[in-house]
Amino acid sequence: MCADRLENVNPELFQKCFERDITPEEEDDNIVDEFDSREIFDLIRSINDPEHPLTLEELHVVEQKLVEVNNENNEVNIHFTPTIPHCSMATLIGLSIRVKLLRSLPARFKVSVEITPGTHQSEAAVNKQLADKERVAAALENKNLIGVINQCISV
Amino acid sequence: MAASGRLDLVDSLTGHRGRVWNVSWNPTGTVFASCGEDKTVRLWTKSSGQRTWMNKTVLTDGHQRTIREVAWSPCGNYLASASFDATTAIWDRKSGEFECNATLEGHENEVKSVSWAKSGNLLATCSRDKSVWVWEMSEDDEYECAAVINAHTQDVKKVIWHPHEDILASCSYDNTIKLFREDISDNDWVNCGTLTSHESTVWGIAFDKTGTRLASCSDDKTVKIWQQYLPNNPEGVVTEGSEPTWKCVCTLSGYHSRAVYDIAWCHETELLATACGDDTIRVFKETPASDKNEPEFELVCTVHRAHTQDVNSVAWNPKQPGLLVSAGDDSRVNLWQFKEETIIF
Repeated sequence: MCADRLENVNPELFQKCFERDITPEEEDDNIVDEFDSREIFDLIRSINDPEHPLTLEELHVVEQKLVEVNNENNEVNIHFTPTIPHCSMATLIGLSIRVKLLRSLPARFKVSVEITPGTHQSEAAVNKQLADKERVAAALENKNLIGVINQCISV
Repeated sequence: MAASGRLDLVDSLTGHRGRVWNVSWNPTGTVFASCGEDKTVRLWTKSSGQRTWMNKTVLTDGHQRTIREVAWSPCGNYLASASFDATTAIWDRKSGEFECNATLEGHENEVKSVSWAKSGNLLATCSRDKSVWVWEMSEDDEYECAAVINAHTQDVKKVIWHPHEDILASCSYDNTIKLFREDISDNDWVNCGTLTSHESTVWGIAFDKTGTRLASCSDDKTVKIWQQYLPNNPEGVVTEGSEPTWKCVCTLSGYHSRAVYDIAWCHETELLATACGDDTIRVFKETPASDKNEPEFELVCTVHRAHTQDVNSVAWNPKQPGLLVSAGDDSRVNLWQFKEETIIF
């Protein structure tokens, strides 16, 4: 998505985290290896920002410490932090995170994607929209929108 | 002695691809329709002497996008389907098979719900465009828009008609439930009540058999019971003009761990069933002799993992007491039989 004028012209950049070390236990098929926050973070950190040629990780929109996994209750809760409090892309970013996780995780997981409290002026409205699975389903049937999202989540 | 019951799984039906959004019984309880993401309506029935429910008909090519809801006319000869493609299709079986012979257009975007009035010639639809439309059906099967009601401020999730009168109820993403009736003096449809109490999207509403009570379920994880109070009611509830007041007389909170997507109030057994985003079906029953102004409802049955994903819809069979059908994100349609159990400690 190429806007004529960037909303946040000069975003602050952050260091990417190191690649995850693969332990011998993880390679052992006999050991049950539950989803952890690093694994979920790895799925979403390389999502592209709709505005900049940067990843959500580099912009600190997503962070591992804001990923919560509860395997027993089949819950994954993500908080994401828009780069600026009036970011008009917040819904699109949240939707991209949702779609990426819907496609990657087993269907048993209930995924919630919310704005980090206090970081966006329309936080409640965006959260409500992202939590409404009927509106999300309708949005994902919109060819233009799904095109943009696919671009954001393509590696 | 506590009231208790159980739901036994009678059948678990596959056929739909992807999420099943809604299930609906025909008026005689012999056939039910299901619909979903795969853009089809499926009709299921049980032949005499057979034990299992079978998919007899698949209605395709009526819609370009997800079919969100299906509704039967009171005579059972018509079926309406509401779709994200912004249209409502009317299927009739004049030729012997259900065929799509009319398409209602006008909503700006996704149609979320459709319902037939008990009198039979009125139909209501609602949409993400925030409006509720009332359609009139003429004798030669022509459909005319009788009203466009813009009373809600957000996406309207569901419309249902009163069980006996031409009164319409709708619920919305704006957290409210609204009631409408026709103003005889100018044939205009007017808002005759707004029910406020839920703290998030109201997904489902259901009247009890008398039509003097309404149950609602919400994204706020609660179920509420609303009681109608007519003007000059002995309880002294304030009313305005000749309109009744609807008051929330009971809130069931703490039972559901996620959004409650649907509620069904059985007109035979008076049991309330809920469909929840925590994959669970719950059944509630009013405590015997509870005060109508402060009723108490007991949770009599909980089926965890009734589906392997969210439960989207529940519907009681209108003729066979305790027969419940449910639909889920797991592509399945499940049939359940409720049985009452008396526990004597």
